[in-house]
This record gives sequence, structure tokens and C-alpha cells, in this order.
Amino acid sequence: MIETASLLAVLPELILTGSGLVLMLIAAFGGDRSTHAVNWLAVLALLAAGLSLCTSMAHGPVAFDGLVRADAFSVYAKALIYGAAGAAILLAPRFFAAGGALRPEYAVLIVFAAIGMGMMVSAGDMLTLYVGLEMNSLASYVLASFMRQDEKSSEAGLKYFVLGSLASGILLYGISLLYGFTGSTAFDGIAIAMGDGVSKGELFGLVFVLAGLAFKISAVPFHMWTPDVYEGAPTPVTAFFGSAPKVAAMGLMVRVAIEALGPAGLDWQQIIIFVALASILFGAVAAIGQTSIKRLMAYSSINNVGFALVGLAAGTPAGVAATMSYMAIYVVMTIGAFACILQMRDADGKPVDTIASLAGLSQSRKGLSAAFAIFMFSMAGIPPLFGFWAKFLVFDAAVAANLTALAAFGIAMSVIGAFYYLKIIKTIYFDEPAAPYEAKGGAVENIIMAACAIVIVFGYLLNPLLDKASAAAAASLF
Amino acid sequence: MIHVLAFYLFAILVVSSGALTILSRNPVHSVLWLILAFFNAAGLMILLGAEFIAMLLVIVYVGAVVVLFLFVVMMLDIDFAELRAGFVSYLPFGLLIALVLLAEIVLGIGLWSAGPVELAQRAAPANPELSNIQAIGGILYTRYIFLFEAAGIVLLVAMIGAIVLTHRARGGVRGQNVAKQNRRRPQDAVRNINQPVGQGVEL
Repeated sequence: MIETASLLAVLPELILTGSGLVLMLIAAFGGDRSTHAVNWLAVLALLAAGLSLCTSMAHGPVAFDGLVRADAFSVYAKALIYGAAGAAILLAPRFFAAGGALRPEYAVLIVFAAIGMGMMVSAGDMLTLYVGLEMNSLASYVLASFMRQDEKSSEAGLKYFVLGSLASGILLYGISLLYGFTGSTAFDGIAIAMGDGVSKGELFGLVFVLAGLAFKISAVPFHMWTPDVYEGAPTPVTAFFGSAPKVAAMGLMVRVAIEALGPAGLDWQQIIIFVALASILFGAVAAIGQTSIKRLMAYSSINNVGFALVGLAAGTPAGVAATMSYMAIYVVMTIGAFACILQMRDADGKPVDTIASLAGLSQSRKGLSAAFAIFMFSMAGIPPLFGFWAKFLVFDAAVAANLTALAAFGIAMSVIGAFYYLKIIKTIYFDEPAAPYEAKGGAVENIIMAACAIVIVFGYLLNPLLDKASAAAAASLF
Repeated sequence: MIHVLAFYLFAILVVSSGALTILSRNPVHSVLWLILAFFNAAGLMILLGAEFIAMLLVIVYVGAVVVLFLFVVMMLDIDFAELRAGFVSYLPFGLLIALVLLAEIVLGIGLWSAGPVELAQRAAPANPELSNIQAIGGILYTRYIFLFEAAGIVLLVAMIGAIVLTHRARGGVRGQNVAKQNRRRPQDAVRNINQPVGQGVEL
């Protein structure tokens, strides 16, 4: 029997599913003319789902016999995901206006991806995890090749699809091993079975599951797809990939590591430490030679994922809270940075993505340059911007968990990372002006950019609030 | 006795139709032999008491996958004689794969007879009173209803994706206008004339 409490606990998913289906019908009957209406309705649906998060926790934390969790952790992650998804929808129309390629399905696919991501972060069972992951991935593959006439976009979609299916296969193999050796697909069941020692088979399953999830957060050594997909996908889609699915996959990774594989903590800790180190190093070094800002953002996201994983490597409630705070701040920085990147259009309104074209931007577009500088400084981790607090929290948690060497390495590498962020600022402010951009940006882009910039600059005022929210989220896992 | 007889009947047919699948010259015949092999494999499954898998085999493999094969074989212009030309050069590779598979079977049987794999107690042993289909249906539509519905949405997303990526508005297509068709009366479309002999027809 389906209990009402279970249904109320998944109210956000129900709202999004219902509105996704209705929007699909509007899109089917209205055709391309309905694009604007569908976009705004999709944002409203995400907003409604976000508001319904307030009530969903009251009926949790366990719904559908443990398949779904509606706890503080899932509410925290879902709030971030819905916000980022809404921003990705709002940022799209101006970009696609040049090619006339925006169709109403864009918003619909993002809504369905949001359902999948919501399922990912509130999974209490390997099956929920997989179904949510596939729902999100399928929508993402299509979004990556949304500009199907564009060769690079199609290539990005195909690459993402092939490698993503491979990762899903690896993940499924790991899940089947875990199921075979523990006799349960539920996270708590797996944790109980692992309680009396971790067998070889369980260890193999753990490694494969973590490998599959590492692909989804694009952590080294499973990062190969990221630069190509980020570069090829339409820029609003890249903004989406860089924000919402990252939070969802990171939330999933944290939940699986703590809730399901908690008793095997010492085993996965070394894997996470290695992945974090490799991601930080590779993301910092490989970004230096990039000429396309979208590729640079891809390497930057690999780098950031490494830093976020430092918190998880600690394996303590404080570490998990730091990881979740990091993701929240990272999402704001990413959305803001992409709101800037989306305004990089030449005089004819055609999007450009070379770093060289940014040269001397400060002389023509003062506001845009300032925003760029804020986001780049923040990503580099310069205090007092918000990005500094994110890094501070994860290193603090790592040191508290006796991972001083890891923290020291991370700090050293963030100096290398700072080089390419600062290089962009130098190009904008101190180089000879290149061909000027379009004189004015879109209103929506400007509003989102300004809002993110304000949060980044005055973010430390929000710190008590953010700390409380992430601490509550982390506490619900332990 | 009848079980043994049925087993050997199905087993021989599976093996021989499998062999004919790769040996027949005409690719369409190959696909048809493959269908026969699947049907007999379904028979073997029923002998094992796995009637759900037997039905899946028939519905999914015969009904969907093999029919798809058939479409591909008939629609694509593949020169099978040319494909076969490389048989000798690929033979060592094929033999290698066959050897690997054989080793896997031997290993699998060896491990199985060496003792059960160290599996934990299953959380919920199946009720022997129920048939497979009842057991699966009972759990799929109650405990796992959330995932069942979610899987439906995954399929919907796949469908939307396929349409988004491939659908384009074609020019010069005559769409069907049902209202216009219904509005049309016989007197608008049909003319009765008394055609005089020896004169041309006026259109």
C-alpha cells in the first residue's frame, strides 16, 4: 500500500513530474511559439518544488520502505539543485536567440533532470540511486547535443553518452557485487552487512561504485569527458552541467560513502584521498594552457571537485558539512561565472569563448569586468570573498581529522590554480583591447550575475546560516 | 522421464538452431534460426520453473530485439559475402574468444562444485508457494512502486530526447486534416454523368 506520508515526502518530485508532463503537452501543442511560456512555467514549477521542500521533511525521514529519504541532507541538496536548474533555464533564451535554436523541450528536459537529481540526493537504496542517476544522465545527454546542427554540440552529446553509459555500467556492476555479497540493496542493509568486517567481494563492489560515481562528479581519473563536453555543449547547458548535476552527484557520493559504506570507512577513505589529490593537481595544472574559457571552466570544476572531496575524505560530520558548504558556494560561483561568460558576444551578437577576446574588456564593459574579477578572485580563494571560506572549511575539517598533509597539498595546489584565474583578470584589465563585445548584456543575465556577485562579496555575512544548514544536513547522515 | 525427454528435445533444438544461425548463407534465415533458438531456450527456462524469464525471452528477445535485427538485415544493404571474406584472417581471434568463454565456463562450473560462494543470508527468501510472476508483481507494484513509476519517467525522457534530437519540420508534406475530410460531401467529390459513346471523357 502506498502511504500518504510517503507521497508527501516526495512532494517535490510529484510537483515536478506533474508540471513536466503538462509542460510537455503545452510544448507539443504550442510548438516553438510556446518556448517563453514553457520556460517561465518551468521556473515556477522548480520554485513550487523548492517551497514544498519545507513540508517534505516533516513526513520523513524514511519513505517508501526506505527507498527514499527526506531528511535535512536531501532538502539542502535539493534546494541548491532546483536553484541552479532554474538559473540554467533563465540564462538560456538570450544565448539561443542568436541561432534561433531554443525549443520548449530545453526547459522540460531540465525539469526532468531535476527530478532525477532530486531522487539521487534522497536515495536510500541502490535502486533509487541508479534510476535517479539514469534519469538525470539521459536528460543531460540530450541537453549536451541540444544544438544538433552544431557539430561540436553533437560530438559533445555523443561523447557524453558513450562514456556515461560506460560509467553507468561500472556503477551497476559495483551495485550488483554489493548486492550479491551483502544481500541487500538498501543503504542501511549494506551498512549492517559490512558491520562485521568487509569481505573481498564487498571491497570490489565498493571500488566499482565509487568509480562510477567519480565519473559523474568528473573527478580524476574519470574526468576525460569533462573538457570536451563542457566546450561542445551550448553555454547555458554547460552552466547547468557545472552546477546542479555536480551537487547531485556529490550529494550522492557523500550519502553512499557515509550511509551505505560507513563501516568500510578506512577502505574508501584512501580512495577518496587519492581522487581528491589527483583532481586538485590535474585541475590546477591542465587548466593553465587553455585558450577557451569553457574548457578552462571544465578544468576549474575538476579542481573544485577535488577540494570538495577533501571534506569527504575527513569522513567526519564536520567534513561532510564542509563539503556541502563548499558545493553551495561553488554553485553560486559557477552560475555567476557562466552568467558572465554568456555575455561574451561579439558586436553581431554571436557567442565567443576564447580567453583572448576578453582582452581589455575593462575599458568597454566596466560592470561585466568587475563581476568577472569577483568570480575569478573568489574561485582562486582570495579572502574575504566567499570562495575563500569554502576552501577554509574543507581544509579545517581535514586538519581536524589528522589529514594535515592532504590539506597542505591542497593549499599549495590552490596557489597554482590561482595563476590561471588571475591570468583572466590580467587579460581583462591590463591587456590591449581586442575587438569589443556587444554593448549591453541581457537583463536576466545581468540580474543573475549581480545577485551572484553580491552573494560572493558579502557571503561571509551568511556564514552562520550556511554553517547551521550544512551542519544539520551532515548530522542527518550520521 | 517426460522431463528428460523435453529437456533433450529443447536442448538439441537450441544447439542445432544456434549452429544453423551462424552457418546459414542467407542472413534472413540466420535471424529466423535465432528466433527458433530463443523459443527453445524459453522452453528450457520453463523446465527450470522460471516461467517469467521464459516469457521475457519470448516477448523481449523474439518480439523486439530479433525483429529489430530482421529490419536491420533487410533494410541495410550489407554485402554478407564480403563480410565473410575475412573469415580466415579473423579465425585466430574468434578461436581466442571461444577459448576465453570455454575457460569461463570451466571456471564457473569448478567454482560452483567447490562450494557455494560466500553469500550472506538473503534478506527476503522467496515464498515457494507463489509463482515467479506473482512474486515479482506483488513486490513491483507495492514496495517498489516508486521506482517502477520513476522508470516510466526515464523511458519518457528517452522518448522526448529521441524526438528532440531527430525531429525536424519537413517542407512539402501533406498533413491529414480530419475536419476538412469530414466536411467533404459526396456531391462535392463525385459527379454522375451519362457518358456518350465515342466521345472523350471530360475531366
